[in-house]
Amino acid sequence: MSTSHASPRETTEGTVYTVTGGDWDEVVQSAARADDERIVVNMGPQHPSTHGVLRLILEIDGETVTEARCGIGYLHTGIEKNLEYRTWTQGTTFVTRMDYLTPFFNEAAYCLGVEKLLGIDDQIPDRATIIRVLLMELNRLSSHLVAIATGGMELGATTIMIYGFRDRELILDIYELITGLRMNHAYIRPGGLAQDLPPGAVDQIREFVKKMNKNLPEYDKLATGNPIFKARMQDVGYLDLAGCMALGATGPVLRSTGLPHDLRKTQPYCGYETYDFDVPTADTCDSYGRFLIRLEEMRQSLRIVEQCLDRLQPGPVMVADKKIAWPAQLALGPDGLGNSLDHIKKIMGTSMEALIHHFKLVTEGFRVPPAQVYTAVESPKGELGVHVVSDGGTRPFRVHFRDPSFTNLQAMAAMCEGGQVADVIVAVASIDPVMGGVDR
Amino acid sequence: MSDANNTAGDANEVNPEKDLSAENLPGQRGQGGEEIRVQRGMFGANNGGDTSGYGGLVRSVRLPGPASRPYGGWFDEVADELEGALEEQGLLPDNAIEKTVVDRGELTFHIEREHLVRVARTLRDDPALRFELCTGVSGVHYPHDKGRELHAVYHLRSITHNRLIRLEVSAPDGDPHIPSLVSVYPTNDWHERETYDFFGIVFDDHPALTRIMMPDDWQGFPQRKDYPLGGIPVEYKGAQIPAPDQRRSYS
Repeated sequence: MSTSHASPRETTEGTVYTVTGGDWDEVVQSAARADDERIVVNMGPQHPSTHGVLRLILEIDGETVTEARCGIGYLHTGIEKNLEYRTWTQGTTFVTRMDYLTPFFNEAAYCLGVEKLLGIDDQIPDRATIIRVLLMELNRLSSHLVAIATGGMELGATTIMIYGFRDRELILDIYELITGLRMNHAYIRPGGLAQDLPPGAVDQIREFVKKMNKNLPEYDKLATGNPIFKARMQDVGYLDLAGCMALGATGPVLRSTGLPHDLRKTQPYCGYETYDFDVPTADTCDSYGRFLIRLEEMRQSLRIVEQCLDRLQPGPVMVADKKIAWPAQLALGPDGLGNSLDHIKKIMGTSMEALIHHFKLVTEGFRVPPAQVYTAVESPKGELGVHVVSDGGTRPFRVHFRDPSFTNLQAMAAMCEGGQVADVIVAVASIDPVMGGVDR
Repeated sequence: MSDANNTAGDANEVNPEKDLSAENLPGQRGQGGEEIRVQRGMFGANNGGDTSGYGGLVRSVRLPGPASRPYGGWFDEVADELEGALEEQGLLPDNAIEKTVVDRGELTFHIEREHLVRVARTLRDDPALRFELCTGVSGVHYPHDKGRELHAVYHLRSITHNRLIRLEVSAPDGDPHIPSLVSVYPTNDWHERETYDFFGIVFDDHPALTRIMMPDDWQGFPQRKDYPLGGIPVEYKGAQIPAPDQRRSYS
């Protein structure tokens, strides 16, 4: 129970009487006790607005959420355990499936870790690094587009959903051209890339940048000033800087509190320090601020994509060390992507040593010195960290992904409790959790 | 027999001066570092005759060992500040910090588990350290590192000073208790539940240490090394492909 006055020691003006009387607290508490309207509602795991198989357990008093908890784990696939039974190279095939909306970030973070363990991080060819940055920034666009599209749809704004998925489709087309797949690429490999950009890719990306520069203002026109959109988003899902720090929230959630923390600026990797871009922030700590940040980050990503295209020079996309570089002379055959016929002709027909080398590297893989490293990249959702441990073998000893969706989702309770039921959906959407990343 | 092996080992000792690719060889640390396992044989075959000829292979798996001063860069500053701050609290740094490892540009403090919470609180609150963001905990299971089988690894980020350090704490399999850091870093709530779920490390004083990924009634801790991956053999183009954990292993 609170005291009814502040003592002279606590003030500069003598005893100050406050209006929070003990009676009032008692009245409120007894009213809450007498209330039998409190119910516990399970939202999900199959609810259309919970972003995948997320179960929200809400204790509701009328329209007010008094307690909120998450039930997760429905999408756990044991990826970290599976990695311990594959070679280091095969690992990318698994990690790309974690947060399936940010595959290139998962691959890049993992590969940067493996390369750091191998001590070859300074030998990665420039072209490979630039293509990695290019793909990561395209991926940031496509991830934010989904965040905005599905977030809008959960508010009932179907137009913004259609717009978002329309533009994301353009990016998926680029992925398909470059990697052969719309998701689950396994394109970034330890040491470089699986293969070089195909002919026509640069032109298509340039075309896309042009189109996207035209399309992005549409989101502004549709949503940014829209009174209904603002009414639903502003002051909803509030989490301030102290809350973010305590709960480990990063990414747009953290930047919406005004702290311009972005690993691309503070701990640059892949040469981000040489690119020209801004880190947008907001000072509202709410869902609307996070929406504005995502919108601005997409513009900044387009800037980086353009700079990448200008920098691309012909060259190798894999380290020169033949003990690590997967013999990735890939070509597109009638049955999909595979070893090129020329390469097969060479290893089967003329060089037995090349065959042995190919066989050893593909079946056994390369050894990684025993040690542990932590590498982190700024994924669209926040700090994506990878803790990689090697015991000197051809397989990872332990790989742990610190997925930003997992960590940020913890903040759900802090954002939702005391608010309206309808605002829970907005708050969760503003975190942008992807259950593939949360559960792994 | 053992003498013969030793002489063979000496003869095969890699000379980094001569062999430029020595750093790529698995046994490069020689006697330095921290031995976590001794590997015998190859391909995971340990019954039957030594048909491959690799059966006599003995390899010591060593993680990087303790570093000596100076650590380089800002590492010394952090180590000094941490030791000083602990001393101020009447805690002998040598009692709390088991060893300090510097490897691949990363600084690791191995902390005695009973002092973990105090060290973490110091790292968070001391203005010269100010590691305000914890990126969670990752468990590692070293089944052959007797007495220190279970490791909990924390990465702490200082946004104020733009630094990253690692804390490592170990616990024996028989007594898998490590104090919880939730009171210092609330973000570790779910991370510790995850590590408990997968490794069975019991984080004492965690507000609600329950399984988070696996079903509540699950038996065992899936990411321990002695927990099988599972899987069934599949037929591909007429051949039986064994389950992933039954395939030949080169590690």
